[in-house]
Amino acid sequence: MSSYSTRGLKWFNALAANAVEVTGLPTSVKAADGTMGDQPARFLAVVADPDNRFPRARNGEVGLLEGWGLAHAVDTAIELDRQSENKRALIAIIDVPSQAYGRREEALGIHQALAGAVDAYARARLAGHPVIGLLVGKAMSGAFLAHGYQANRLIALRDPGVMVHAMGKASAARVTLRSVEELEKLAASIPPMAYDIDSYAGLGLLWETLSVSQIEEPSAADIRAVQECLTAAVKDAQAGGNDLSSRLGAPNRSASSKVRELLRAQW
Amino acid sequence: MTDNAHLLKQHSFVELGARQRARALLDAGSFRELIDPFARMTSPWLPKQGVVPQADDGVVIAKGSIGGKPVVVCAIEGNFQGGSMGEVGGAKMAGALELAAEDNRKGIPTAAVLLLETGGVRLQEANLGLAAIAEIHAAIVDLRRYQPVIGVVAGSVGCFGGMSIAAGLCSYLVVTQEARLGLNGPQVIEQEAGIEEYDSRDRPFIWSITGGEQRYASGLVDAFVADDVAAVQQHVEHLLHKGKPEQERSSQYALFLQRLGQVDTTTQIDPAAVRSLYQGEQP
Repeated sequence: MSSYSTRGLKWFNALAANAVEVTGLPTSVKAADGTMGDQPARFLAVVADPDNRFPRARNGEVGLLEGWGLAHAVDTAIELDRQSENKRALIAIIDVPSQAYGRREEALGIHQALAGAVDAYARARLAGHPVIGLLVGKAMSGAFLAHGYQANRLIALRDPGVMVHAMGKASAARVTLRSVEELEKLAASIPPMAYDIDSYAGLGLLWETLSVSQIEEPSAADIRAVQECLTAAVKDAQAGGNDLSSRLGAPNRSASSKVRELLRAQW
Repeated sequence: MTDNAHLLKQHSFVELGARQRARALLDAGSFRELIDPFARMTSPWLPKQGVVPQADDGVVIAKGSIGGKPVVVCAIEGNFQGGSMGEVGGAKMAGALELAAEDNRKGIPTAAVLLLETGGVRLQEANLGLAAIAEIHAAIVDLRRYQPVIGVVAGSVGCFGGMSIAAGLCSYLVVTQEARLGLNGPQVIEQEAGIEEYDSRDRPFIWSITGGEQRYASGLVDAFVADDVAAVQQHVEHLLHKGKPEQERSSQYALFLQRLGQVDTTTQIDPAAVRSLYQGEQP
């Protein structure tokens, strides 16, 4: 029997405790409208649905329904706030083990479904919605690209279960023709290859990291601390531009800045 | 013209490298490469792992014009590390698209053509490749508001991983028979889901699911062209002149959710079922 993480759901329930659930979405996509202080917010999560019609997406993977469902949940927020100056924040609660791997998924264009989610999140950010990604569990590869990676600001909880990567260790070892031990040794000296959140933070991609006492069952104090951090991130995003440039600047990512300088000079 | 005479006049696009492809698409004499190989902007991460870097990191950025319209071409070299996206190559593509969008905000109508031959993230630069791909996505959605972004998947590498999502964000996609377009590579699916689900060594099966012809017949790409330089060039030019689509494919969640609601998931799917489902009600 496969087991799945419930962190995303727990944090969604905690942060959206007084929020109104958005209806008409796939069971595996949760969305609710609430507030943080006086800031309106839509909370979003992809959660496991053991009865998912698509069997390869029953453990919280981002599949066909999840990609297009996120697009639906985000796009309706853009539409609701089209005339509003105070755009609701979009809080993506991230605990996604992977994209869905399956024949139906490829045949029916899972790449297009994930593009649907990316499209909606990116348009929301460009329309002026503060988009915040909150990493409470795994943020893997295509699943993270579809749910969270278009955020203006990324926040990660400090915990060994919070990790960002392009591929699981076993598969990454196989594809790069290495043993898992060799891969781990390399990861220890090459920050972009590491799986832990501190190495990831060193790449400059996170706005903030935060410790909580009970990540699996958030306490009242944990929820308060995260809400404060989210509120600060929303304010910071509102004060800044609606692009992703705040992710540049870390020494471990200097080539990304250098390339942009050269391009601009030669453009 | 007889079939043989016609074949003799064709020039394969698939056999060209990234730089030659970019040059072949741009108006004669207009090709100008940015951060060319002499700039020696190579991957800072590959030498630490005993992998020889390449002077352009596998991505060619060229400015020029197509049919007189200003464009930037971003071409991935499928022969270097499987067309994988590392920090430098990813930043070249993201940065070029960002500048193209900036051009438009200043009144210069720069469009973009992406030549996508890539397995996705370069695992030796894992999280920096993934981060760059997120920035490429962001830049496509930004630029697309002003000008079409045209993706070309010619083959033989195909377009996978996070870059298949980038393809899904393009205003238009052009493919050949040699092309494959899918999120997950066949080996990874087989490993994760089993050989019954996906047999990575069954090439006809793989092409029947993700091949260019199937994607065209399912409405997931816009043009299916012969492996011929002139044919690819003409289609790209035509789409550039067509301008932005009425609605981007990636914005059509209502249509796709409605179609997915009709799929019988109690039995395995076959390519014909996908064609009839997705061709049903074209917007």
